Amino acid sequence: MDKAQLELIRGTLDLLILKSLVWGALHGYAITRLIHRQTGQAFLVEEGTLYPALWRLENRGLLESEWGLSANNRRAKFYRLTPEGRRRLRQDSKTWAAYAAAVGKMLAATHAPLPEEN
Amino acid sequence: MEQVPMWRRYLRLLGPDPAADARDEIRFHIAALADDLVAQGWSREAAAREAERRFGDPAFIQQLGARLGRQRVRARQRKDRWGALAQDLRYAWRTLRKERAFSLVTVLILALGIAANTAVFSVVNTVLLRPLPFPDAQQLVWLSSGRKAIAAGRAPTGLSSVTYTVDAYEEYQRNNHAFQQVASYDPFLYDSDYTLMGRGEPEPVSGVLVSHNFFSTLGVRPLLGRLFAPDECRRGGRPAVLLSHAYWQSRFHGDPAILGQSLVLRQQSDEAAATVVGILPEGFDFGAVFAPGVRLDIFVPAVMDDLRSRGNTLALVGRLKPHLTVSQAQAEADLVFDQIRAAHRDWWGDYSSTLTGLKEFVSGKLRRSLILLWCAVGLMLLIVCVNLSNLMLARSAARAREFALRSALGAGRGRLVQQLLTEGAILSAAGAALGLALAFAATSYLAHQGSIALPLLTSVRVDSAALLWTMAISASVAVLFGVVPGFSAPAADLQSSLKDSGPGTTAGRKHERLRSALVVSEVALACVLLIGAGLLLRSFLNVLSVDLGFQPSRAAAISVVYDDGGKMDRRGPVLQDLLRQVQALPGIEAAGITDMLPLGRNRSWGLAAKGKTYPREVQRSALVRIATPGYLAVMGMRLIAGRDFTWNDTPQNQRVVVINQAAARRFWGDEDPLGRLALVSGREATVVGILADVRTHSLEATPGPEMYLPASQSYPSGAELVVRSRLPLASLSASVMRSLRAINPAQPAAEFRPLQQIVDRSVSPRRFFVWLVGTFSALGLLLASLGVYGVISYSVARQTQEIGIRMALGATSARVQWAVMARAMRLVLAGILAGGLAALALSRWIESLLFGTRPADPTTFAGIAVLLASVALLAGFLPARRASRIDPMLALRSGG
Repeated sequence: MDKAQLELIRGTLDLLILKSLVWGALHGYAITRLIHRQTGQAFLVEEGTLYPALWRLENRGLLESEWGLSANNRRAKFYRLTPEGRRRLRQDSKTWAAYAAAVGKMLAATHAPLPEEN
Repeated sequence: MEQVPMWRRYLRLLGPDPAADARDEIRFHIAALADDLVAQGWSREAAAREAERRFGDPAFIQQLGARLGRQRVRARQRKDRWGALAQDLRYAWRTLRKERAFSLVTVLILALGIAANTAVFSVVNTVLLRPLPFPDAQQLVWLSSGRKAIAAGRAPTGLSSVTYTVDAYEEYQRNNHAFQQVASYDPFLYDSDYTLMGRGEPEPVSGVLVSHNFFSTLGVRPLLGRLFAPDECRRGGRPAVLLSHAYWQSRFHGDPAILGQSLVLRQQSDEAAATVVGILPEGFDFGAVFAPGVRLDIFVPAVMDDLRSRGNTLALVGRLKPHLTVSQAQAEADLVFDQIRAAHRDWWGDYSSTLTGLKEFVSGKLRRSLILLWCAVGLMLLIVCVNLSNLMLARSAARAREFALRSALGAGRGRLVQQLLTEGAILSAAGAALGLALAFAATSYLAHQGSIALPLLTSVRVDSAALLWTMAISASVAVLFGVVPGFSAPAADLQSSLKDSGPGTTAGRKHERLRSALVVSEVALACVLLIGAGLLLRSFLNVLSVDLGFQPSRAAAISVVYDDGGKMDRRGPVLQDLLRQVQALPGIEAAGITDMLPLGRNRSWGLAAKGKTYPREVQRSALVRIATPGYLAVMGMRLIAGRDFTWNDTPQNQRVVVINQAAARRFWGDEDPLGRLALVSGREATVVGILADVRTHSLEATPGPEMYLPASQSYPSGAELVVRSRLPLASLSASVMRSLRAINPAQPAAEFRPLQQIVDRSVSPRRFFVWLVGTFSALGLLLASLGVYGVISYSVARQTQEIGIRMALGATSARVQWAVMARAMRLVLAGILAGGLAALALSRWIESLLFGTRPADPTTFAGIAVLLASVALLAGFLPARRASRIDPMLALRSGG
């Protein structure tokens, strides 16, 4: 937690949330913990951005929620992927991979490209 | 997360609360964070503080959560509603498919009711409600001369008493300040019948003479070309014509190249080449507005100087200045005509100007008939609704168990009514769709009935107003569907519904009483409708059986054109020769010529007994027909005294006239006019014959004074050859046309018109209304008898067991049958009684539409009562027979 935090690139939070729910329903706190651990403490999702993102995803029909009991026997709202959310996750993962690969290629370049031949 | 404790279920008992949800969620987050901190070794208080600190601004997030949550709740409710609707639709569709017969009958009945209503509304809307098809049509005014003659309700003297002379028209045009423009046309359409020459065979062209400002007054712009130029409307100006759109299409195939070409138009022996200067737009139908049932091909400028000496020839239409009312213009016209009469003492003393809105003039006479039609069709719709309510009631009784079960499973009353409404909506939508299709067919059929002499009928169509009307009807029907059974069915609780399926329980009886009441009202409505139709039908038959004064059967007329060089001396011999040749043709029994047939166009000339003085208000004129010898005979007209014309009534000999009985009564009173001198347009003529009255004007109006002058001594306008023959017209046509062409090569191609057709045409509006009202009432009768049948057969089915017991106890089948029939009769008699009384009260209102029968005509009332009773007997007979065939043993065993 004391390590340097990475600034979240716009639009990636939704993807991270969707991914965090593929193993089952979680409440908001558990989602931040999971993302934190899974990314090797790279990302700490702030509450001020997490909840609005969750609610928007729910309104768009990608998540659904239900009140339940947490491990500590507290009343908590659990989020779960809808079929639509699962579809979106698959799609966006592909897009993200292609994006990351393209950015990586560019940044790994050591010399200017050869002149184009027409 | 697995077990949700019971208290959780009640947490949002009062509906969703997004704000509370957001708050709870944030509180949980902070608590969970604090738990983790405690696990890391923080003290409970410090952990709680730290968690609060880290979270930042909970109030802001909570607000956002509340807003997003509300959005979500709304979206979900919307989805639920549509989901319920979709479910209802699916369920309704399945139910209706299962009860195919019920659905089919309902949709058909509805379609008929809606089709009739939409079609009639379209007619009413076009003829009565919609403004005339001209810009600012409310400014257009019709002017009619001769107020006193009209006000006195005297026998009609035709167009001459509503038209003006050229001088009067011009005086009024100069002196009024109420009108932007006053235009005129010549309604005596015979002035403008032409023969089109030089384009293949000569053919007839019908035209109308209009003043140069006629189209600009109406606000009609030409589709192609231009309107008349002022110099085309002066004597000696370039002859010009405008073509109607229909004529342009049919004769010249819509070829714009016709513009600028000339048409050679022949009238008697005059021939002139007129240039086509313009084509009028499709939406302008002169006949539909000014001359119902007449098709006009061309428009010709009225040269006022040519018409000046011809007496009353012009019908006037004016366009009011903006913001002036008809009554203001009327007040001014009264003053202006006082001055005009004072300035011209030699003019007709009755000259005045009665102003009516053009719309009122065109359709005012039809208002009552159309409203009657509207009421009739409304009554029919009412019967349809009562009938359908009855069907729905029967059905809801059958579905009582289903509804009871559904409400036991948690469906609220609202939900069940919504279900019924959905079914109703599907049925009424299907009925409306089918009905609209039928209405479209009916209106386009009506619009193409050129033979019905009703104004504006050609422009009848189902428009947006009619569509709205249809939608309003079907929506209210859908509501009715939901509400009527909603009253009875969902109210029933499980217990009573499940018990009520047995026979003879009270709820069943109550239900049946309601249905009986509905049937009684249905019969009453049908009775009112039928009596109205009966009265109209009787009037129509009375009109048909009127003594026409001539015999239309086996007689036919054809327009002929002869060439007498415009000289009166030659006319006699030319016509005599023509008639001789026609009579020589095989199959022709008799022939004669007149310038105007009965029930068609008309004009009147001055007539009075010589040497007599009359009070000023006695109109000294009579309709005039100019005929050849033999015409009276070929028409089958009856001379009461005196003789027909002869070929010796030449211009050199004494002028003669034949008058009708009405003229004899008016101008000679009790004296015998035969052999006396009359003044015809101021010139002396001997009365040589008295003719039994002929229905010249219409079948319904009592004939007014009328005179006949010999063609050889007067100026006929046009010529109609009437022949009487046993041969079919088709075979006659060719030979007659051959000999007419041989006599005069300019004879246009023409068709024989049977006189019966002319008579039919003049009764066509009445036939139209009788036919429609009759159809609606027949449908009403059918529906009412279906209603009786439904109720009686339902009660027989319900009482099977009871009837079985009675038969087992010794009741004969005849007795059982009688009991059922008596029940049907009681319903019908109650309906007839109520309907008869209502009809008695209402029929006074249609008195003016009746002819030769009183509103309380006992024959009609009795006839309709008998008709209804016998139809109802039949409707009761079928279930009664079924009841009488019940096998007591079977009925008793299966009961329960």
